[in-house]
Order: sequence, then C-alpha cells, then structure tokens
Amino acid sequence: MNKSEKLADLRHFLADYALPSDRPSVSLGCPAADAVLGGGLRRGAVHEVFANDWGASGFAACLAVMAAGSKPLFWIRPDYEALEYGALSATGLLELGGDPRNLFLLRAPNAADALSATADILACPHAGAVVLELCGAPRSLDLVASRRLTLLAEESGVTLFVLREGAAPEPSAAVTRWQVKSLASDPQDDDWGSPRFHARLTRHRLGNLGDFTMQWDSEHGIFHQAAAHSGAVVSAPADRPVETPLQRRA
Amino acid sequence: MVIAGRANNALYVYALNKRAQQLGLHPGQPLANARAMIENLPVVPADEKADLTLLEGIADWCDRFTPLVSVDAPDGLLLDISGVAHLFGGEAAMLQHVREKIASQGFAVQAAIAGTSLAARALARYAGSTIAPSGADRAVIAPLPIAALDCGEDKLRALKRAGLKTIAQVAERGRAELTARLGMDFLTRLHVMLGAEEKPLTPRRPLPDLSAAHRFAEPIVTQDVISKSLHALSIALAEALERQGQGLRLLEAVFFRADGKVQRIAIRTGAPLRDPGIMLRLLNQRLDALADPVDPGFGFDLIRLEASIAEETHPAEASFDADENARWQIAYLADRLSARFGEHRVQRFVPQDTHIPEAQSIAVPAQDRDFDGVWTRKRRESDPPLRPLRMLEKPEEIHFVAASVPDGPPARFQWRQCSHDVVRAEGPERIALEWWRENPHKRLIPSSERLRRIKLKLLPDPVPPSRDYFRVETRAGLRFWVYREGQHLHNDLAPRWYLHGMFA
Repeated sequence: MNKSEKLADLRHFLADYALPSDRPSVSLGCPAADAVLGGGLRRGAVHEVFANDWGASGFAACLAVMAAGSKPLFWIRPDYEALEYGALSATGLLELGGDPRNLFLLRAPNAADALSATADILACPHAGAVVLELCGAPRSLDLVASRRLTLLAEESGVTLFVLREGAAPEPSAAVTRWQVKSLASDPQDDDWGSPRFHARLTRHRLGNLGDFTMQWDSEHGIFHQAAAHSGAVVSAPADRPVETPLQRRA
Repeated sequence: MVIAGRANNALYVYALNKRAQQLGLHPGQPLANARAMIENLPVVPADEKADLTLLEGIADWCDRFTPLVSVDAPDGLLLDISGVAHLFGGEAAMLQHVREKIASQGFAVQAAIAGTSLAARALARYAGSTIAPSGADRAVIAPLPIAALDCGEDKLRALKRAGLKTIAQVAERGRAELTARLGMDFLTRLHVMLGAEEKPLTPRRPLPDLSAAHRFAEPIVTQDVISKSLHALSIALAEALERQGQGLRLLEAVFFRADGKVQRIAIRTGAPLRDPGIMLRLLNQRLDALADPVDPGFGFDLIRLEASIAEETHPAEASFDADENARWQIAYLADRLSARFGEHRVQRFVPQDTHIPEAQSIAVPAQDRDFDGVWTRKRRESDPPLRPLRMLEKPEEIHFVAASVPDGPPARFQWRQCSHDVVRAEGPERIALEWWRENPHKRLIPSSERLRRIKLKLLPDPVPPSRDYFRVETRAGLRFWVYREGQHLHNDLAPRWYLHGMFA
C-alpha cells in the first residue's frame, strides 16, 4: 500500500467518526457563545459540564431546560450524589423556568447503572434532554462508554449533558466541554440573584473555543450576555493547568 | 418422639409420631405426664412460626389448583374449587391428584370435598377422602362425632355432659335450647356445617383479573423452553385482554417448581398494556435484573402469567396522534426503567399545598398516574429565582454566624469547614411551621398543662419555631438559602442557623 492509498484509507476510516453538520441546534441567547458554537448548542449530542461548585450545576440545568423544550427532561444521579450536592428540587427548577411536570428523576444505585439507564433513555427519541450527574471519576465512564452515548444521542436526537462535579477532564467523545464557575451578581443590579456563570468552552469538536460570561433569564428561559464582571474574576492558577480542579475536602 | 408446645405457661404434647401414639400418648397431654409414662422420651420444642411458614409455602404451591386458597392454621388449607374441578377430570380425580401431589412431597394428607368450607374441614379431619355429593352435606356430616364441630373445649365438654355423641344428635335438639346453652355462634356453625350458606373464603392474595398458564407434563429446565413458554403465554394473555378491551397495569409471572417452591415476579406498568412483545421484554428485563435469579432447580411444572390489575384501555392509545404516541413511549420507557431499577427509583414530582419548603413537592414513582397538581411559581416576572435548585435533604447547621444586626442576615458563616463571606442578602422570609397540622410523633398535651410547663420552664414550647429564610450571595459568587431557627427571644439562647439549599 503506498502512501496516498494509506492516507485515503485513513480518511475513509476517520469519516465514520466525523459528525454530520446538519444537526439542529439550541441557541443559547448569548451572541458571542452562539457565534462560536455556530448558531447554538448541538442537539442530539453529548455535552460535558465540569463544575466545582454548586452553582455551576445550575448551568447544566439551564442548558437542559433549553434543550428539552416541552419534552421530558430526565435527571439521573447515583444515590450518594444528593448527600453531597443536595437533591434536585422541583420547585427550584420551576423557579428557573423549567416545567416540573416534565421532569423525571432517576436515582441509580451506582455510576455504572446510571450510565446504562442513560443509554436507555437516549435510545428513546421522545425524550427531550438528559442530565447525567456524576461525582468524581467513575471507572465505568471511559472513552468507550462516552462514544456509545454519543452514537445513541446522534441516532435519537436527544441531548445529553454530563454534569461532572469535582472531576478532572479526561478523554471523551463529547462535542463540547464547559468549565463552569458561578459568578457574583452585578453590583449595580438591584434584582440580584439570577444565575450568572463564567463558562469556559475548553473543547469543541466543531469549532473554536471561547470564554463567556452569561446570565440566565428565568422568565424567558434563555441566557443573556453579561458585562464582564468588574469585581474579582478568577485568575489563571500559576501552579497547575486551568482544567485541574482543586482537591475537594472530604 | 413428641413435639412439645407451650400454653398457659405449661408444656404439653403438641404433636407426636406414630410410635409415641402406640405407647399411649396423645396430643394435648401435659408433657410431665407423658414423661412420667415413658422413660427417656425424646422431646423437641415446637416452632409454630416455622410451621406457619411451611403451611404458607404449601398454600402458595396449591395456587396451581385454584387461585382461591386460604390458610386454616395451624395445619389446614382450604381450597375453593368451584368451577375448577373439571380441569382436573372431576372432583374425585382432583381430590386424588391433590392428595398424591402433596403426599409425594413427604406430607401426610387428609382431604375432603364438601359444599362448605366448615363441612369440608370436618370431613377431612374426621372422615378423610370423603366427597360430599352436591347438596347432601347433611347426610355425610351427621354421623361424625361431636369433636368434628371443633367448637372449643368448653362447649365440647358441655355437649358430652349432655350425652350427645354425634352431630346428628346435636342437630336434633331444638334451636332455642342450643342457643341458650351454647350461644348463637355455635348454632350458626352447626347450620353451616350441615349445608347452609356461608360467606366466601378470603383469598390470600387478590384474584387476578385474567391469567394464562402452561402446565407441563415433564418439568422444564432449559432457558430456551422457559422463554418460549413465556412468549406463548404473553400472547395468550394479550388476546384475552384484547377481547375484554383491557390493558394490564400489574403483570405477575408465577413459576411453580416441581419440588414445591413458588416464585412470583411482579411488574407494574405506567399505562394499560396489552402488547405481548412489550410484556415479554419487560419480563425478560426484570428476570435479568433479579439479584436472586429464578432458579428452575428440578424444573418448573407450571408457569402462569397473571394480569393482576387490568384496566380499560382508552381508545386513544391505539391512535396515530403523535403527542399521544410520544406520551405512550415515555410511559413505556419509565416502565422499563422501573422494571430494572425498582419503581421507587424512577420518580416524578407532585406539588403539595403547603409552604414548608421541603414539603412543597414530593417525588412519587413515575408509574403513578396523577400528576395534575398546580405548580405555582414563587417569583414574579422580573425576580430572580427565589427557591434553590438544590436542597439538602436535611438542613445542615452552619457555624460561627456573624450577623450585622440581631435579626438580620448573616455576614459571615462557616459551613462544611469552609468560611463564606456574605456580600448580598435578602430576607427575612418568615416561614412558620404549620402548627395546625398535628405532628404524629408528638402526643398532644392539653393546652392548660402545656402553659403550666412553659411557665415552669419544664418544657420548651412544643410549637416548632418559625424559620427566617435569607437568600445570600457570597464573595465567591455562590448563592445559598440559609435560615435562622426561631428569633432572638427574651431567653438568652443564641439562635441556630441552618443552610438549606443552593441556588444556581
């Protein structure tokens, strides 16, 4: 086999892994982010949200509310999760603009079961969005599992958000990866308290990366671009890569 | 050998084997007497619980003959075989069959068939293997000894003293006489035994609406045959449901093992179901997920599928309406997940009419059907979310709370070993616990007594303290929901602070 043949072969092989580009997307409402994402967040794909504080898990909730629309939203979490991070509250979701009537909660006994339940739900095209909440780095979530979930999501059009708490990024087949931190409200704003995030797009299989400050509008279920915060912004750590989280206290 | 039981604080002979019987011992005899009669009499204490469990086991097994089985403790079973006997080739053949089947498992059996359960019971005990011809219970029962009435020691003694030996003699006496001496209950019992109407048996479990069963001449062992049988049964059950225009909400598969063990698997469905393919998939999924798999052992000789709860199906479920179809698919998805993980793990939320934050919505199994409650938002149009997205199941106490003013929000606090500086706060939102709802754990104390105790400081006020909630934002941008329990009261106890939820 000569060089060009080999290259063609390789291209052909890789084409299987390429993502078709004609997927509908969910506009986030934040122009800068939408521009980078090419119109919005891709539906029928896997998105990862890495969060090291409680607020950041709200980012995944907001995205899922948008992606689910009027279809059912499934929230899957292993049992132990609620102790550390608190249980998802239906009234809280309602306040964020979600519809609790469409919310399904699955308490899986462990991470492996949570993954297999996720696969089941992703196979059902009538589901809207799935949030898989995982704490730490479960062994069952490897590249193969993530690839499998991607294929299922691709097939059914259901959007999956993998919410990773207190975890370091590792190889996965996700389309986007977000590193999220909650931000304090705008000091000038009297109606303070709307969810406000600093979301860093650290991986994007279809385009550029970016760094955004977004505020959630619970009334309209959409993000607004927020003015860069005048107060303290987290500066890049000097002693470790940006993506490595602080060790959580036990 | 005898088995000793305890009654009225004395040991007596509960049961005994043939040899002991031949030596002149009899049940009910005080154990001391028996020991005096026989030297070195082996005695085993009775285990009535185990006896009952065994009896329940046999009752489960007898479910194969008729669904109407009831336990007649300590040593009897009553089977209602109305309309069933022909399946086993008539009453005589059925009686023979039941006796043989139970005897082959090593039990001593006495059995009889009669028009009422009391009559059958008396016949089985005092004239084994009798079949009372239909409507002629009286003729068969009358010659039995009075012991067959089973009416208790006292009444039996009274009858004996009156010189009555058989049921026929008792029945000849006048109504008034019997009632005066032995009571109305006795009379009713006597009449039922002689063939009067009686109330139906209470079945041990609710009767299934529909069922389909496969009986095997040879016990089946291989997975292949079992799944084939389940397949055929689900089709049969689906057809029966179809004919009645029903769908099942609770599917039960019952496996009767040749050695007498019975295993039952129940699967709930969220919407009426009658598609055999789906039934089979739910079943297989459940069978795969079982921690203690269904073990055929020496083989199953009967497998039955029951539609334990069936409901009318709405015609819409067969419609081509896209919305309806989607709802149906989601219900099916919830069923599958519930079959795999247990129904309590797949949940939906129902709003509750209360303002206690943790009780405002409750999670219920997703397979329940009423999710009609009205959800009301707390915030108005331009407000930020006023309820946290995450709530701790039990509010956690926060420490070292520094409040700028006594009843104001905290300025700094420590939670889970981390210190948080509060930069913005809103509150208080006072939520009084609902004193008008009775706390089941606390017995009500008369109000005068309560007042007295409060005055004497014997007891804190039994009304739970109200909570003052604050929405706070920390310097790091975290938003929490914290509350102070009670107020700065005249007493000098410092109020306690708790963290209840986290906002997004």
